[in-house]
Order: sequence, then C-alpha cells, then structure tokens
Amino acid sequence: MLRLPPIKLVAPTTVQAAAKAIATSDDNARLVAGGTDLWPNMKRRHQKADTVVSLMSIPDLDSIDSANANMRIGATATLANIIRDDKLRARFPAFAVAVASISSPPLRNMGTIGGNLCVDTRCTYYNQTEEWRRSIDYCLKEDGKICWVATKSPKCWAHTASDSAPILCALDAKVRLVSASARRELPLADMYVDDGIDYLAKQPDEILTEVLVPGSSDSDHCRSAFWKLRRRGSIDFSTLSVAAAVWTDDNDVVTRASMYLGAVGSAPMPVAEIDTVLVGNKMSEDGIAEIAHVAHKIARPMDNTDFAASWRGKMTVQYVTAVLREIAGLPQLRMRPRHRLKVV
Amino acid sequence: MGEMNIEFNVNGKQVRVSAEPNKTLLYVLRGNLGLTGTKDGCSSGDCGACVVMLDGRPVNSCMVLGPQVEGSSVVTIEGLASNGELHPLQRTFGETWAFQCGFCTPGMLVSCYALLELNDHPSREEILTAIAGNFCRCTGYQAVIKAVEQAAAELRAAKGGAGND
Ligand SMILES: Cc1cc2nc3c(=O)[nH]c(=O)nc-3n(C[C@H](O)[C@H](O)[C@H](O)COP(=O)(O)OP(=O)(O)OC[C@H]3O[C@@H](n4cnc5c(N)ncnc54)[C@H](O)[C@@H]3O)c2cc1C
Ligand code: SF4
Ligand code: FES
Ligand code: FES
Repeated sequence: MLRLPPIKLVAPTTVQAAAKAIATSDDNARLVAGGTDLWPNMKRRHQKADTVVSLMSIPDLDSIDSANANMRIGATATLANIIRDDKLRARFPAFAVAVASISSPPLRNMGTIGGNLCVDTRCTYYNQTEEWRRSIDYCLKEDGKICWVATKSPKCWAHTASDSAPILCALDAKVRLVSASARRELPLADMYVDDGIDYLAKQPDEILTEVLVPGSSDSDHCRSAFWKLRRRGSIDFSTLSVAAAVWTDDNDVVTRASMYLGAVGSAPMPVAEIDTVLVGNKMSEDGIAEIAHVAHKIARPMDNTDFAASWRGKMTVQYVTAVLREIAGLPQLRMRPRHRLKVV
Repeated sequence: MGEMNIEFNVNGKQVRVSAEPNKTLLYVLRGNLGLTGTKDGCSSGDCGACVVMLDGRPVNSCMVLGPQVEGSSVVTIEGLASNGELHPLQRTFGETWAFQCGFCTPGMLVSCYALLELNDHPSREEILTAIAGNFCRCTGYQAVIKAVEQAAAELRAAKGGAGND
C-alpha cells in the first residue's frame, strides 16, 4: 500500500493563474495533469513536491481541433479522447497508434498529452519504492551519488519514456509553452535534452498549453508508422520504439523523411541520416537496410529497462526495417512485431 | 493542508466526506465510506484492481485524488447489482469461473461493465482491449471473455434484440 505524502493542492481555472501559482510557490512546487506519472513517482518518493498545481480545472485546455488545417491539441486532452477523434485518426494514423499503445484503457482516461510529452525518464534503479532504492543507497537521479547503470558515469542514463514524443517529433509538431512572464513556441524535438535528469529544455515554471501538428504532416501529404517493443501487449512502457514519416512526390520519389527512436536514449533520438539516404530516390530495400544500420549506431540501449540491452540494440535494426517497410508498402519480413499495434 | 470537504455521488447516493488532499479516491471509498469491494493491489496504476467508473468512464481510483471527484458521479463494484439482483456480468462471471482468488474481480467487472454500457455487442478484440488494464494472475482471461460474451448476449436478449447469435 503506497501513500502520497501530505501536499497542498491548488487547482486554478486559467492558464495565467496556474502560471502565477507555479511561479510564486515554494521551490518544491510541481504541475500535475492526469497524475498517472506524478502520483506513482511521489508515492515512491522519487519525485517530491510540497505544492501541486493541477491543470485539470482549466476549461477548454483539453480541446482537440483536428479539423483545422494545422491540428491543435490542448495539453489536458486525455489520451482516450485523442484516439476517439475520428478525424485525428484518419489524418495522423501513426500518432493514434502510438497513443493507443500507451498504458491501459483506464489510465488513458486520465493521462493527458501534455503529461505524456513531459513524462519523467525511467530506469530500473529509479522506478522503485523508497525501501528498494534505500537498500542500494539510491542513485544519481534522486537522493544518491552513483549511477548503477554506468558506475563511473557522471551523468544519468535514464531513458525517455513517452510514446507520443517520437512520432510527434517525426511529424514536425510544435509545442506552446507559457509562464507567468513569457510565452514561446518551439519545435517539440527542441524541448528534449539527452540527459536522464534534466531531460527537458522547458523550465519548471513553463506550462505546456498546446501541441500543434502541421497539416503538411497529415496522411494526404506523408506516410508515417510507429512500432513499439515491449514484453506485454498492454501496460508496459516501450523498451524501444521507432517512429518515422516520409513525404513523396507524385512519382513516389522521397522529398523529405524523418525518424526518431524512443527508449534508447534520454531523449527521442533523431536518425538525421534518413533524409540524405532517402531523398531523391524511391524507397528501396537497400535504402531501408542502410538506415537500419545507421539507426543501430545511434540507438544507445542501456541496462535500465526490460530485456537485455544488446538485444534491444539488435531489435533496433529489425524495428527500423519494419517501420520503413510499412511506410513503403512492402510486405513484412519473417520477423513479426511481438504485439500487433492498432487502435481498437 | 487540512481536510477538505468532498461531495459526490456514489452508486446513486449523494455522499459528503472530509479528507486530506493527498488521499486518493481509492482511500476515500475504502476508508471513509467503507466500500471495501474496490481493491488496493499496487497503488501505482499497474494492476487495475482499483478500477471504478468516474463520470461514465473506468479509471484507476488509486490515481485520482479525493478532491478531484467533487461533484462527480462514481460507480463501484457495490453499485452493479440493482434491487438485490446481480448484474448479468456478475452472474456470468460466476457461471463461467471467470475468477478464482477474486482479487482482480471487482476491477475486472467494472471494466467489463463500462464496456457493455457503451457496446452490448463487443467483439473478442474489444473485450480484450477493455480488460487490458486489469491484471489477473489466476484465470488466464479466457473465462472472462466468455463471461462478457454471455452477459452481452443476455443484455441484448433482455432488450428484445437478436439474442444469442
Ligand atoms: C502502469 C503505467 C503504464 C504506463 N505506460 C506508459 C506507456 O506505455 N507509454 C507512455 O508514454 N507512458 C506510460 N505511462 C506514463 C503516463 O501514464 C503517461 O505518460 C501519461 O500520458 C502521463 O500524463 P499525465 O497527464 O497523467 O501526466 P502527469 O502525471 O500529470 O504529469 C507528468 C509530468 O509532466 C508534467 N506536466 C503534466 N502536464 C504538464 C503541462 N501541461 N505542462 C508542463 N508540465 C506538465 C508534470 O509536472 C509531471 O512531471 C504509464 C503509466 C503507468 C502508471
Ligand atoms: S541511469 Fe543511473 S543515475 Fe539514472 S536513474 Fe538509472 S541508475 Fe540512477
Ligand atoms: S491499485 Fe490501482 S492500479 Fe493497482
Ligand atoms: S481471479 Fe485471482 S487475480 Fe484474477
């Protein structure tokens, strides 16, 4: 039985009031949306807060505008409402598949897109109860002095855990951040930092208010796919994910391509070479093999989640190949996904 | 922070409780209201033993804070039976041996109830998806699927629909 520590809970009804509340609270204030990441982390005492500022009482922050040329999703839109939106599913199918793969149906009724994009990085030595962590004298990410994954490392290697981040990065999504004193818009990919502790370029007092996905990334303009490797077909986090988007002209010649890997780094890892290899050509088995080879070198699976790190590395080759074959309309090779991903 | 007054509806009855803001809905249901049908398995969203309906949707009550349900309507396992009659799902769970130790059953039943409220003709895939947040260490899930199919057929028949097909 895990219990939350005492907290002061505030639930402002405007973004401005929430931004002010987080800016003026004591140092130990945190934002919460669905709470499906923050509450378990606080129950296990590896995230701490005296004051928690909830965003869930702000009307309309959960709206989804999928019919607009550029799709707009409010930060507190629940994952369940995202996959229920027919227009969104038709226009951004790989994004819908990624969201439908997150957690479980009851958790998706609470978890939000803003919370998913800001979700804490994860590690076997960190996502444990206080007693468990105390027994190993904690670790660098919280309360301790050593990284148990790489004991000589001065930095934390906890892995990015968001399943919507890789596909939204591949689709060129932007996010809007609002604080008490400023507001800015930045490419989602720029919000991430490859560091297990300071994994966000967003300041703690900045509220992510909306996600914007350009119309040029919808299914009329590009083909996209998302694959996720995990032990069970539900509840489990990714131990590797691959998301890609490919734009072609009328002759099927690639004009642009983008790919990100999840769970094999502290940030979604871009496979930038995909653009140079594919652009100017039709998609081919050789091109796909070349990108799979490059992605294998970029992926940095550590011994910090389920499955052997070396096997997750090998599976990067298989999953990148599978994602690109799906996009190219080629039949899958003998390897099958452990779990078929679809929106039910 | 001191206790907060929370007023909400549980299984059709308006209730008023007083709880600190760090108390989850699961704690309020079990501790304040004595509704111990809902179980605390993991307290961290992993198992689904604590699933209840909140404003018509299944949620993990270990992940919801008490003050968040102010003005809402909650249905727990205790609210499935009506007028002393078990809900068809509760009966078919018994008939098909869809539980053994029974610890997952309250959450499992509420997830299945939520499905049938929206869809009384679910496919096997839809049933599997509906229970994808409910861990069962005993049954292997097959009997649960059978129980839901049987209850759905009964509900359709009761509505004068196609019946068993
Ligand atoms: C059993 C289990 C399985 C899970 N499986 C997956 C999975 O497969 N894939 C996956 O991606 N996630 C998974 N999750 C994690 C989590 O449920 C999701 O990432 C969810 O979308 C988080 O959203 P939330 O609104 O609940 O976040 P919260 O817990 O409310 O917040 C998460 C973090 O983001 C910050 N935050 C929230 N909203 C904002 C905002 N608008 N602006 C700025 N900061 C904000 C919070 O301060 C907090 O640090 C799982 C969780 C559990 C418990
Ligand atoms: S990678 Fe190292 S420092 Fe980071 S959470 Fe894991 S053990 Fe701790
Ligand atoms: S007790 Fe809530 S999911 Fe396990
Ligand atoms: S009946 Fe024992 S866990 Fe499901």
